[in-house]
Amino acid sequence: MRCFSLTVGICMGLVATLTAASVYADSDEEKAAANPANWAMPRLNNSLTAYSTLKQINTGNVGKLQVAWTFSTGVLRGHEGAPLVIGDVMYLVTPFPNIVYALDLNHDGKIIWKYEPKQDPNVIPVMCCDTVNRGLSFGDGKIFLHQADTTLVALDAKTGKVVWSVKDGDPTKGETGTSAPFVYKDKVLVGDSGGEFGVQCHMTAYDIKDGKRVWRGYSEGPDDQTLIDPEKTTSLGKPVGKDSSLKTWQGDQWKIGGGCTWGWPSYDPQLNLIYWGSGNPSTWNPSQRPGDNKWSMTIWARDLDTGVPKWVYQMTPHDQWDYDGVNEMILTDQRINGRERKLVSHFDRNGLGYTLDRVTGELLVAQKYDPAVNWTSGVDMNKNSANYGRPTVVERYSTETPDVNHTGICPAALGTKDEQPAAYSPETQLFYVPTNHVCMDYEPFKVSYTAGQPYVGATLSMYPAPGGNNMGNFIAWDGKTGKIVWSDPELFSVWSGALATAGGVVFYGTLEGYLKAVDAKTGKLLYKFKTPSGIIGNVMTYEHGGKQYVAVLSGVGGWAGIGLAAGLTDPHAGLGAVGGYAALSNYTALGGQLTVFTLP
Amino acid sequence: MKLRAGAAGVCALTLTALWTGVVMADGSGDPAAVKNQDGKYYDKQGNPTYSIKADGTVDWYTYSGFIRYSSECLRCHGPDGLGSSYAPALVDSLKTLSYSDFLGVVAGGKKAVNTAQDLVMPSFGTDKNVMCVADDIYVYLRARSNGAIGRGRPDKHEAIPAAAKKWQDTCFGP
Ligand code: HEC
Repeated sequence: MRCFSLTVGICMGLVATLTAASVYADSDEEKAAANPANWAMPRLNNSLTAYSTLKQINTGNVGKLQVAWTFSTGVLRGHEGAPLVIGDVMYLVTPFPNIVYALDLNHDGKIIWKYEPKQDPNVIPVMCCDTVNRGLSFGDGKIFLHQADTTLVALDAKTGKVVWSVKDGDPTKGETGTSAPFVYKDKVLVGDSGGEFGVQCHMTAYDIKDGKRVWRGYSEGPDDQTLIDPEKTTSLGKPVGKDSSLKTWQGDQWKIGGGCTWGWPSYDPQLNLIYWGSGNPSTWNPSQRPGDNKWSMTIWARDLDTGVPKWVYQMTPHDQWDYDGVNEMILTDQRINGRERKLVSHFDRNGLGYTLDRVTGELLVAQKYDPAVNWTSGVDMNKNSANYGRPTVVERYSTETPDVNHTGICPAALGTKDEQPAAYSPETQLFYVPTNHVCMDYEPFKVSYTAGQPYVGATLSMYPAPGGNNMGNFIAWDGKTGKIVWSDPELFSVWSGALATAGGVVFYGTLEGYLKAVDAKTGKLLYKFKTPSGIIGNVMTYEHGGKQYVAVLSGVGGWAGIGLAAGLTDPHAGLGAVGGYAALSNYTALGGQLTVFTLP
Repeated sequence: MKLRAGAAGVCALTLTALWTGVVMADGSGDPAAVKNQDGKYYDKQGNPTYSIKADGTVDWYTYSGFIRYSSECLRCHGPDGLGSSYAPALVDSLKTLSYSDFLGVVAGGKKAVNTAQDLVMPSFGTDKNVMCVADDIYVYLRARSNGAIGRGRPDKHEAIPAAAKKWQDTCFGP
């Protein structure tokens, strides 16, 4: 807390212009994040709004955008996440083998240093759906890398030399690292992947100075493992009671229960709470794991210093569709029903856009953000109901019966939105959300568990939502009312994180490889440029030498590169409709590249 | 023998016994079914193969192979064996790979990790969810590779034969 009064002072001044003001004990990161020229955190700020106050590039001139410089990463696999910019240096990380580059912005990206970890390639096939890495973090003079093999490494930001390194998990049991580490105050937070391998997943906080583990909270298990306080931790306003997780699993199944944590945690410095989502319970065959499977599929609000949850809310009890709940938690302050509130908003894979009071965990809004969503008729919002807060499952789309092909379920397992994060502009008070418009057939069956081997137990076929050929939409969403304001159809799923700017322009990438700029108010396309490969990275912006730049990683891959490469078919369209939908492999090929744009 | 080593898992005994009975040394050759043994079809060289009736009904193994392929292999090889940004199209691979080559790769894995690429096919030798149904997946991919069935889930299939049910129960265990 050494800089507390100082930081509060800085914050006061900033709140007016920057909704995402931060209070940090780590003055280094705080300073970097407070400077609007930088992009010092994975989603720019601790609220994850990805809203930049830069406005040199605006609705009037964005049409003139040009490529300033490019950089090949030398790696072919899917490139998720975004680079960081701190001062004159850009930092970026590639998919496996997770090469970290420090690039000199004074010399069009000349390499200052490069760090390449040595990792056992046997981790590659354990990574579900491509060897992605969602980015780096910065703090205390260090760059933090979360490797595929779960090693968390602190590199000296100036030299690239290893300062400390710690192993977070065990890849031989199916546990891998794909998420960006997050630096909040004096801690580095790391989540794990492995929901398809029956990992008991967790979030862990490490000391930024030396990498010592401070706390670890599992997503399921006894209270001493979840760190839940039976009296103080609440769900929808009520204490959860003793062993709230254990009671919702049969026998020891929680030990292989999944609930992974590879998303994007946010942080409220005033409340000292961090927010993130836990993923799907393992296996995908629901009849094999009776119960609500708590606290998988849950929004968590944990105390940053102790890890003890203040509140939890389970979105999809007893998941039957792999609606992994890991997506980002965006913090905003908005007026709802005449009252100014501190909110957390979340676009879940299950197709519902949630808004909760982030202080208490009260559920305020839960609405479909794609009209195609059909597995639920909605969430019970009646506080006096026994089912308060639960989604009502439409019987026809339940997949509880094994060895039956359950058809026509929307959204598909990849969700109405996957990991690619949304952005929020305080000016328009709208969220900008990259979405999938894809449905599925789901056929669960019995599987057996072997440590380190996939533990899936369902087959699924995916196809575009009924009534069209487009597999994605880029939408503007009002989180206060739960309504779509505008929606731009996209041929493929939008698998790129969005950027909102004070220039009134919103940016995103497409799977064909276009960087697109649209008007924040209307969604009107203002600019597009075809980069060398499909975009699954997040668009970012920074200022250098008085000029604003926009940058994005191309490099198709991830789940999208696998699922959409050959083109989807509609199993219900009858014979002869084979290859009916666009195949991504006809539009783009592998290749990691950074493209940096600016005005002439 | 890669296969034996790969199968040295939990149900090693049964698996090895089955495989040594049918593995041929050379390519898979003509896929035409000449024998039906308890609902499982074999070509003239004794390799497992598919059987598709005129009305489109597929044999149990082809159907089961579709299900198992989609849950175990699709996440890398893409839907319907068509390949992805991550792993090769198995409908093409099977044009040259023999049954024993196939089993060898599935049980033992395959790697091409160098400066240009990071391709790793995991070894499934100890994974019952794959090894117990390796023949099913092979038969399904063989049918796909020969164009005998199209994309997606086969519409109609033969009921699970008693022998297949028994095999699954012993191989997967309780
Ligand atoms: C984690 C990703 C992954 C999974 C899961 C996976 N494979 Fe592979 N597979 C690969 C990769 C990558 C290659 C290419 C390896 C190489 O070229 O060295 C490959 C190669 C193969 C080959 C050899 C192809 C050839 O042309 O030589 C076969 C056969 C194969 N896989 C079968 C399967 C089957 C059957 C399954 C499901 C039981 C499966 N694979 C699951 C990644 C995967």
